[in-house]
Amino acid sequence: MASPRISKRFVRVWQRNLTVYQKMWKILFLPPLLEPLFYLLAFGVGLAVMVGGVYYRGSEVSYVSFIAPALIAINIMYNAFFENTYASFVRMYFQKTFDAMMATPLSLEEIITGEIMWGATKSVIATAIMLAVVSLFGLVKYPEGLLIIPLAFLGGVAFGAIGMFFTSIVKTIEMFNLPIFLFVTPMFLFSGTFFPLENLPLWAQKLALAFPLTHLVKLTRSFSLGLIDSALLWSCAYLLLFCLIWFPLAISGMRHRLIK
Amino acid sequence: MQYVLEVESLKKTFDGFVAVDGISFRVSHGECFGILGPNGAGKTSTIRMIYGFSPITSGNIKVFGLSISQGWRTIKSRIGVCQQDNNLDPDLTVLQNLEIFARYFDMPKDQALHRADQLLKFIALDNRKNSTVTDLSGGMMRRLVLARALINNPDLLILDEPTTGLDPQSRHQVWNKLEDLRAKGLSVLLTTHYMEEASRLCDRLVIMDRGRILVEGKPMDLIKEHVGQDVIEVAEPGDELQKYIRSGSMVYEDLGHRLIIYGHEGEKLFRTISDEYCKEGCILRMATLEDVFLKLTGRELRE
Ligand SMILES: Nc1ncnc2c1ncn2[C@@H]1O[C@H](COP(=O)(O)OP(=O)(O)O)[C@@H](O)[C@H]1O
Ligand SMILES: [Mg+2]
Repeated sequence: MASPRISKRFVRVWQRNLTVYQKMWKILFLPPLLEPLFYLLAFGVGLAVMVGGVYYRGSEVSYVSFIAPALIAINIMYNAFFENTYASFVRMYFQKTFDAMMATPLSLEEIITGEIMWGATKSVIATAIMLAVVSLFGLVKYPEGLLIIPLAFLGGVAFGAIGMFFTSIVKTIEMFNLPIFLFVTPMFLFSGTFFPLENLPLWAQKLALAFPLTHLVKLTRSFSLGLIDSALLWSCAYLLLFCLIWFPLAISGMRHRLIK
Repeated sequence: MQYVLEVESLKKTFDGFVAVDGISFRVSHGECFGILGPNGAGKTSTIRMIYGFSPITSGNIKVFGLSISQGWRTIKSRIGVCQQDNNLDPDLTVLQNLEIFARYFDMPKDQALHRADQLLKFIALDNRKNSTVTDLSGGMMRRLVLARALINNPDLLILDEPTTGLDPQSRHQVWNKLEDLRAKGLSVLLTTHYMEEASRLCDRLVIMDRGRILVEGKPMDLIKEHVGQDVIEVAEPGDELQKYIRSGSMVYEDLGHRLIIYGHEGEKLFRTISDEYCKEGCILRMATLEDVFLKLTGRELRE
């Protein structure tokens, strides 16, 4: 008889964030548009001269086409993670937006789901823009490259969910430094982003396999280079598993934090 | 259905600390019911359980005849809540605050706009539609919170200290609006620690302290019953007067620099006192709810 805790009404929370986004889209559009250009300039023109090509899955690719999909993967991580940490924390803690929502027919579960879906949506928006930019330089193979768009959503949910979990436990907003220092930055550097995983010692390679970003980079890179095979399903499965673990943890963490 | 709200033996504990200690009351259809109490009395904790924000430790709540655990979504879609903090959405304009709130109730867009328009007129903010909420004064924000709570045309309006922190002008304006709503027959549950607010708005009220209900009744009845009609206040009472007061069977409170005497036939007594014991610093006034409140909850500072 009782109404389920999660219904499609979570879309209302997602819509609220979209409305705010639409008010400032001109500013919010710029980073995903300009950032890849900066990176491509720095790495493509500056670093690539020193590096030359990279061996990836049996063939040599230019350093620029090696890192371009990694930059997209990093952006998928950043957009969702930062949305569901700093931005969600501001809404929850300073603006009391969640408190106000909880006096409406929305449930806490729907509020958190809406927030995480919004984080993933920001990942998708940024990905679409970046993909368009790097495609102009001929760095993406189509149609395989289009798979990166739905992948951005999956990756966004994964990083948003774990970000939301951190939001449920930090005391102050400054404490996000900790998961960034211990989780995000190591992933940024050691997930096969800027150099192939194989360059790491074996133990570090194994460790890196636990990073969701490792799998996300592998997928974006394979899609953009057009190297599709069934082994990629393992990486998809890992990301899915990551969502299935952290999404419920984020919700129960938030319930613990907000429901008194 | 007779009662919009039934609360029975309601209890709330936070890690062993008892914030609400077995309270019961009922609110009838069309009634304005007040929960009056000092800081920390347990008003907000009570309200939060009623609108399904915090779980009940023990006891029962029925809103519109439905229990929260079963009918939480129906209940929440039929009530309007003004929380204690001004939690308007600072990322949105005045109008958007109402529009987007309406979406949480699954209200169609054109209906939401129409309703928002009406409400902005009602709270006299129709000329500030596109302002950012952070540009509004405290009183305007409070009125907007009130409008937001009315967006779904609720059958029960719940207000947690609606005028705390407002200047007198803004407070009177909010009271005016609440009186309008009351006159239209809206059921209201209100918490406050302003006596004037309670006596002016509430048909019936409870005085709550330390999680318990001390008394329940109509404001006028409570005054008559607990302090009588008149109050005499004497500043800097002399020894002679002290002696005189103590010798009689009067109900009084000695605050050191001030003596407060409660009674039903204050006028006669007042003449005696002012003629014989003090020429100035002695006044006779009508008893108010504040006298009841202070008498029942004591005068020591809270929090
Ligand atoms: N989340 C909480 N955790 C622990 N104690 C709480 C919590 N919320 C309220 N209290 C305590 O419960 C008591 C009643 O609080 P509250 O209901 O806010 O009172 P009021 O609204 O009447 O001022 C206070 O002593 C307060 O400190
Ligand atoms: Mg309170």
